[in-house]
Amino acid sequence: MSKISRRKFVTAGLAATAGVSGLAAAAGLARRYGLIPPDSGGMYGPGETLTYAAQRLLTRHSLAREFPRSMISKVPFPNETPPLNDAFKHHQASGFADWRLSVDGMVTQPASLSLSDLKSLPVRSQITEVVCEEGWSYIAEWIGTPLVDVLNACGILPQARYIVYYSIDPEWWESIDMADARHPQTLVTYAMNGEDLPVSFGGPLRLRVPRQLGYKSVKFITRLTVTDSMKRFGKGLGSASPEGGYAWYAGI
Amino acid sequence: MRDAALLNSNRPRHAGFVRITHWITAFAFLALLITGAEIVISHPRFYWGETGSDLTTPLFKIPIPASRNLVPTGYGYVMPDQNGWSRALHFQAAWAAVLTGMVYVIWGLWTGHFRSNLFPAPTERTWASFLRAMMKHIHFKRPDQTEASSYNVVQRTTYLIVIFVLFPLVIWTGLALSPGFNSAVPAAVNVLGGRQSARTLHFFVAVLLMLFLVVHVAMVVLAGFTSRMRAMITGNASSG
Repeated sequence: MSKISRRKFVTAGLAATAGVSGLAAAAGLARRYGLIPPDSGGMYGPGETLTYAAQRLLTRHSLAREFPRSMISKVPFPNETPPLNDAFKHHQASGFADWRLSVDGMVTQPASLSLSDLKSLPVRSQITEVVCEEGWSYIAEWIGTPLVDVLNACGILPQARYIVYYSIDPEWWESIDMADARHPQTLVTYAMNGEDLPVSFGGPLRLRVPRQLGYKSVKFITRLTVTDSMKRFGKGLGSASPEGGYAWYAGI
Repeated sequence: MRDAALLNSNRPRHAGFVRITHWITAFAFLALLITGAEIVISHPRFYWGETGSDLTTPLFKIPIPASRNLVPTGYGYVMPDQNGWSRALHFQAAWAAVLTGMVYVIWGLWTGHFRSNLFPAPTERTWASFLRAMMKHIHFKRPDQTEASSYNVVQRTTYLIVIFVLFPLVIWTGLALSPGFNSAVPAAVNVLGGRQSARTLHFFVAVLLMLFLVVHVAMVVLAGFTSRMRAMITGNASSG
């Protein structure tokens, strides 16, 4: 008995050592290749990290499904419009003529872009699905400027790792990594189904991130900040969502 | 012969590997069921095809109040919203179940676990023996000594379906709900008929797995809860 258990003990010890060093090596590699999300701590950190890492290895450049025009939803579901603050109502009264999208942080030329500035940049239109974490979904045509073109116009620095974006309500903010920020389908969206983006769908300006759940597509955006670390933003978890118990990475 | 040899040997009723993977899967599955139900409560409506929302006609509804106030449930009551932690635990438990399942299947193929313990013996692969085993279950006959150390053809078929059909299906339909995964493998959701079809199928397969769990636990209780639990925890099947 003692012989077998000693051999078992040695084998288990070797396996455990190999396992721990394997994990440490994997964690080091994951950090180096940007596979650790900002909300990797805490009880559900392992699950969030596995999902984010696996998807970044699998989906760095893949495109969200696009649909034929015939599949555009006849009655898209706008979801609940959050209470609009006075600043928003002021803009709404003037037809959003003074709406600005400011770009700051790690860029050589910080900017404050009007809607017509944005419309003079390259246009892309796509028919993609909005997918809510609750379970419902709809398809619409989204028209806007690829985020990457806005970032390039402002001279984004190579050490940029995240783009933070804010709604006109500063409590509502999100961030995405560079894989999504440079993704051709990530659009600074100003029109939907051929018309100006309605307020109920996030008009005048919404960031559409079609490879992630709807809550990453923040409505009424006014500000982009380019950064190399999420530590200084909010509680350092990447966005307001993890502070409310939701995953930062919503590509699930 | 094989069964008799089993009874007399010191071999555990269930190998250590089976016992460990069984319990990890059991806890992960329980977490998936509870959190899955919580997520459904936020939108207890199911659709067929690519899209569906409060503004379109559902395939069917579960007649319960929802945890989001825009869902037209007919109840003037909104349930507490538990989606945040439910989603986090759902995906973490899914990782635990999938990784454990992968290790289990590789181990099972490597050691011949499926061949010797789960695939019905050649003589048993008949409708007659299937019916015979089924009748025994229907009449709640307690298994005799030989049966307690092995599985009959009905049990073997059920376990094989759960391991090789239902679990792969629930993983597939679940992955088909991931917008990130869909961008990499669009066929995974397209062949199911679209996102909402995938969601509805995910729900149906989960219901089948829940039915399996209910019958499985009922059978354990009927066959002798203490001895079956001891066999799956310690490996020791005998009552001595």
